[in-house]
Amino acid sequence: MQKTLRRYFPIFILPTLIAFAFAFILPFAMGVYLSFCKFKTITNAQFTGIDNYVKIFADRDFINAFWFTIKVSVLSILTINIFAFILALALTRRIRGTNLFRTVFFMPNLIGGIILGYIWQQMINAVLLQFETTLVANATYGFWGLIILMNWQMIGYMMIIYIAGLQNVPTDLLEAAQIDGATGWQALTRVKIPLVMPSITICLFLTVSNSFKLFDQNLALTAGAPSKRTAMLALDIYNTFYGRMGYEGVGQAKAVLFFIAVAAIALTQLAMTRRKEVEA
Amino acid sequence: MKRKTAWNGIIFVILCILVAAFLAPILFVLMNSFKGRLYISNAPFALPTQDTFSGLANYINGVEKTGFFSAFGWSAFITVFSVLAILLFTSMTAYYLTRVNNGVTNGLYYMYVFSMIVPFQMVMFTMSKLANIFKLNNPPGMVLLYLGFGAGLAVFMFCGFIKSIPLEIEEAAMIDGCNPLQTFFRVVMPILKPTAITVAILNAMWIWNDYLLPYLVIGLSTPYKTIPVAVQYLIGSYGSKDMGAMMALLVLSVIPIIVFYLACQKYIIEGVVAGAVKG
Repeated sequence: MQKTLRRYFPIFILPTLIAFAFAFILPFAMGVYLSFCKFKTITNAQFTGIDNYVKIFADRDFINAFWFTIKVSVLSILTINIFAFILALALTRRIRGTNLFRTVFFMPNLIGGIILGYIWQQMINAVLLQFETTLVANATYGFWGLIILMNWQMIGYMMIIYIAGLQNVPTDLLEAAQIDGATGWQALTRVKIPLVMPSITICLFLTVSNSFKLFDQNLALTAGAPSKRTAMLALDIYNTFYGRMGYEGVGQAKAVLFFIAVAAIALTQLAMTRRKEVEA
Repeated sequence: MKRKTAWNGIIFVILCILVAAFLAPILFVLMNSFKGRLYISNAPFALPTQDTFSGLANYINGVEKTGFFSAFGWSAFITVFSVLAILLFTSMTAYYLTRVNNGVTNGLYYMYVFSMIVPFQMVMFTMSKLANIFKLNNPPGMVLLYLGFGAGLAVFMFCGFIKSIPLEIEEAAMIDGCNPLQTFFRVVMPILKPTAITVAILNAMWIWNDYLLPYLVIGLSTPYKTIPVAVQYLIGSYGSKDMGAMMALLVLSVIPIIVFYLACQKYIIEGVVAGAVKG
């Protein structure tokens, strides 16, 4: 069977591969090469070695964006996962209206980042108006704005995954724990949490990569204002490419570092949390 | 048992409050979209009154300034055709990669998987320049780019599922005289349906909401603006000046998503869970 199928290579493989070459393979390879070049358009590149990478570390905007991204990510990962898990526990108690609650909590996840960002920009500005200030007056407002926005968007998503995990916890295990005299808290920490570890892995992985790569929401909510102090890494890379003449190479070098960081986070976290999973 | 019902009552009340909090931003925008634009900035939390109510003026204004219906049409065009292209071509690729085992197919498989962890920023500049050179800066070109950029996740998910399909079914089809194309379309594809729904939903959500790719490839000065690009265009250029049009546009952008969500909620939630588990 393999032999006959092999002759159909052009039909089965080529359409996707051609699109993949234009959208990914060529841009990726050129991107790696151009990060070592000085260029304005991609056809007049001049090789300059690691010059671009050296410039990054003298770039205060980048360093600032890096720490801002870390702060936003850490806080939002914690809050999103804790709230989502609590909501999932509440929605697996067979309370009236569970379906309606689930529907509403999940809905913001479907709204795109740009639209979501502007909805919250309006909302937060209206609140701050009561104190005669605006979202872009102070970087702290932008920081908390992003945290609220990300919670609003991602809690429902993570909650759904936790619910699926909790529903898979075998009831006989919970009953056994109850007969052995376990309190509600013990049943939670000793039985439920170890058994939903796979869901926790997935949610941590998703929140880490989503918050680290956040762009649309950041652009719409504050666009980095005031003076780039609320710009996250993705937005800083974008600004370097399109906001500063002659810095395209530096932007591409930043993008390469960003890619390495994203890949490293994804791989280490998967490796780390896989080990903690328990077989039911 | 009594303690448990009391707890459930308290939890129910808290959940109701949370629902209100979750809906607040959307209701806030909806309410303000019916107010005259000058009143929005003065008293954003006041309900519209006879003086401040402006009917559909904001909506007419917002639609005219951005060409919202054209943006809706292009968003729909790009999303529908990209999703169809992804479903058709990546499932074929995944089938071939799973059933033919050699160095080339293994290498291709790992390339597709690898592309999943590469952030868009890594390729955005070179990709948009290449798209200009090869004249992909139009809606059909966008479909090609989405097929290429969405291929990683889709191939990965289809491969995972095809591995679990017993080979005997296909062998039976071959013996009955099907060539590989007939085997794929008549036998394998119908079995792929659950995964296809997941792939379709994940990609539809991503493409419909995507901002940066259409913005960089197609840009602001063409008639092919999608909804996120049109929203950014209105607010970026008119910004604080016409709050009314902005509120109306935000409402108009959210409505299709909510309608779609309520219509196929079951599939969306299942698809998102399945996608998260496999991704």
